[in-house]
Amino acid sequence: MRRLIPHPGLSVLLVIVWLLMANAITAGGLLMGIVIGILLPLFTAPFWPGRPSVNYSAGLAFIALVLWDIIVANFEVAAIILFRRNRDLRPAWLTIPLELDTPEAITVLAGTISLTPGTVSADVSSCGNFLLVHALHAPDPASEIARIKSRYEARLKGVFK
Amino acid sequence: MSVLNSLADLAISAMIVIGATFALIGSWGMVRLPTLMERLHGPTKATTLGLGGMLVGSILFFHLAEGTWALHELLISLFLFITAPISANMIAKVHLHQLRVKPENGVLDPVGPAGQPPVPSAGSNWATYEAPHAASAAATSE
Repeated sequence: MRRLIPHPGLSVLLVIVWLLMANAITAGGLLMGIVIGILLPLFTAPFWPGRPSVNYSAGLAFIALVLWDIIVANFEVAAIILFRRNRDLRPAWLTIPLELDTPEAITVLAGTISLTPGTVSADVSSCGNFLLVHALHAPDPASEIARIKSRYEARLKGVFK
Repeated sequence: MSVLNSLADLAISAMIVIGATFALIGSWGMVRLPTLMERLHGPTKATTLGLGGMLVGSILFFHLAEGTWALHELLISLFLFITAPISANMIAKVHLHQLRVKPENGVLDPVGPAGQPPVPSAGSNWATYEAPHAASAAATSE
């Protein structure tokens, strides 16, 4: 079973994406989706060497939290763009020490940081222990780093066991 | 029925206007912010709430006005959520390289108000500047 379906989560996601793309649930579409869901992970398995165990319910809670944060942060950044003068802006580079140690978890954290308006992840350190993040307005970089670590990284540790 | 119809119209137009407003603010941010790294924050807004608002408006329109479910929109946002951070990351990496170009070797990005990026720790640098250490989480192969 492991040889046939190396990444069950990816296979299920591919079937769902295929059905959404067809925008209809038909027997033919479902069959085609299952074929793709089995074949694609088989052919791309060499690109996914690791097999992180994912806590899906914690993952869904994390996605909900991030979507909410994106909405809130959008308004904050909109206010900065509209009302704050450039000379009052305090952009900063943040070096975030990572406790996550799998590439998948670090990638999700970096993507989350980039999607939340106001912060963009720029690079990971060559030892894999630090993330370089650019913040649009961070008068107090230390508290911003603590916020990202407690709000996102701590939860991601629960998602990627 | 007509009250419901106008309520539906109101909800759909509200979502589209909210989305368009955020896309506009994001573009305005790209024009007025000082340097590249700050400008990068504009488009990340436009793709999240700007596009999200318009897509929700579109789902509502097809459901309320046409009576069908059109959920392609969820895929558009899924693909955007995957690609937007990667393109932002690529632009940031090019900027990191530009910061290290010697002035006599050509055009370089001005250093932003945030200054030069800090060095992460003794014994390692950013992965853009040196090869990832083997067997670390930054390495691309096992």
